[in-house]
Amino acid sequence: MPLIMIAYYVISAFLAAMLLWNFIREKKNVEEMIQYMIVMIPLVLRILRVK
Amino acid sequence: MTKEWTIKTVIIVVVVAIMALTGIQMYRHRHFDVPFVAGPGVTKVARLSDYSPRLKGTMADTNVYFMEGKEPGGTLFLMANTHSNEPASMLASIIILENAVIEQGTLIVIPQFNNSGGRNTRPGDGYPLYFTIPTSWGGKTFRMGNRDASPLDQWPDPDVYVHYPDRQLLSYIDVRNTNRTWPGRVDGPLMERVTFGAMEIMKQQKADIGIDIHGAETMFPVTNCIVAPDKSARIATMASLTVKAMEGFDSHVEPSPSGFRGLSHREIGDYSDTMPFLLEAPIPFLDQPTGPKTEALLLEGKDPFLLSLAQQKKLFVPYDEEGWSMAKRVGQHTSVILEIARQYSKRTPERAITIRGVPRYGQLLENGVGAYFHDPEKAPKDRIFYN
Repeated sequence: MPLIMIAYYVISAFLAAMLLWNFIREKKNVEEMIQYMIVMIPLVLRILRVK
Repeated sequence: MTKEWTIKTVIIVVVVAIMALTGIQMYRHRHFDVPFVAGPGVTKVARLSDYSPRLKGTMADTNVYFMEGKEPGGTLFLMANTHSNEPASMLASIIILENAVIEQGTLIVIPQFNNSGGRNTRPGDGYPLYFTIPTSWGGKTFRMGNRDASPLDQWPDPDVYVHYPDRQLLSYIDVRNTNRTWPGRVDGPLMERVTFGAMEIMKQQKADIGIDIHGAETMFPVTNCIVAPDKSARIATMASLTVKAMEGFDSHVEPSPSGFRGLSHREIGDYSDTMPFLLEAPIPFLDQPTGPKTEALLLEGKDPFLLSLAQQKKLFVPYDEEGWSMAKRVGQHTSVILEIARQYSKRTPERAITIRGVPRYGQLLENGVGAYFHDPEKAPKDRIFYN
């Protein structure tokens, strides 16, 4: 796997972690909780090398 | 559990369920393999990585089938599924692979040229993941791929694709398009390594003819045609006129533009001694103003919106209630391929390529595509190949 590809997987993992962190931190706004999780979907699928 | 965490748990469960449901489908699609039954003409099966070593171990590596005749002659190199959402090309190549007998010369076939693209799905257009061709022994199911390689195999895309070696600026997505990355390089992006491998085959095997099979929208001007540069134009014209006169279908000749780089019909001719041809048959499924992108639309090519547009003379091909079926598209391809080989052989008898056993346009219209596929259950195991 080329270095640039590895870097993009690291970036994806970082963004997914940030979204998860924001999801955990959110206490009241359900809409935002849902948004954080939906935005995570493509990142997780990419990290797992599914899509 | 607090109310907050009850809500969060519900959200997590729903999102994970969505990911699992969709993810499993996409994973299965990527790893779904189709058996090919090597016909009597197949004498050797190699891998593209034998010619482009840095493809080894990647999803872009693919089988290369050699069909060597008893008598020496010329060499015809055939590529299909360069764009894996134009599957008539692959079906035509499999029919050749499973049925052709080579009397003179050599035929080299790559049925899944962009193997990574064939394992990629198209986001946003609602394509079916698979399609099934009916046969007398049951259905033969194929993956419906995408035009470009999967980002799982080549990522990220650049902002602009700088073509090698001409440095022409192309669209970012074309870095994953194996009909923009010719002539390729051994250590370039993955799709350049694919085209590099094909160039090496043509150079090492001294290929006389290189045919890249495609499909194009009915609303796209370069459709239903043979695209050829100057060096191939004479053979292309003779093949076009002959299929029109003898078999009654149109496949006109389009000149290969010299200023548009990266295309097979341009770079193969410019960077090797091989004469390139690119075949386009109309594929209504790819047109934008159609109904749902169903398997039926893919196989039958019938669409009421296109019919309406045809009546307003907005299409570049004749189109009626009959649509433009898969059998018609595959038949056009096999007939044009056979005719190019025949015309070349007539002109250059010492490098003749004589192929028999391949059905032509009329036979495919009459019997359907599935009639020419062999049952892998009944074939000897050593004649079955997966990619």
